Amino acid sequence: MVPARIIGTVVATRKDPRLEGKKLLICRPVDLNDPNETAGKGYLVAVDTVDAGHREQVLIVQGSSARMATGCKDTPVDAAIVGIVDQVSQD
Amino acid sequence: MYLGKVVGNVVCSHQDELLVGRTFLLVQRLPGGTVAVAVDSVGAGPGETVYVCRGKEASFPFLPSVVPTETTIVAIVDPLRP
Repeated sequence: MVPARIIGTVVATRKDPRLEGKKLLICRPVDLNDPNETAGKGYLVAVDTVDAGHREQVLIVQGSSARMATGCKDTPVDAAIVGIVDQVSQD
Repeated sequence: MYLGKVVGNVVCSHQDELLVGRTFLLVQRLPGGTVAVAVDSVGAGPGETVYVCRGKEASFPFLPSVVPTETTIVAIVDPLRP
């Protein structure tokens, strides 16, 4: 699972029919050791299954397990947002 | 599969319905590596050394339930002799 911050949306008119109706969000992986999130590098486009919103911190499941998320069965998806993070406690 | 140490937890009040009731723990890869978020399948606690499984196989401990996870704690290590 990858903690990430939502930084934008993707709009695609022409796409695989199995992706129709799905919300695609741009997310930047968050380094949990860096509270200012200045070290964020790269980004992911993930399918939203939990109605996440802009700037929210979320959990992303990657790889073939992403197809197990709600509504993603047999869809061409390899990253899905499966949780909205409320709190992270670290020793 | 790799060894890690539980260093914290993550709370999500809104999550995929298939993940409801599951515990998210922060696991630091040993020795002193990166921190990842893993779903717990064995009841691990803070400070424990655990065995972490990644990939699609990470969802197998929960069968027959379908749990969308690619990082799962699958064992708690008792003694570790490096």
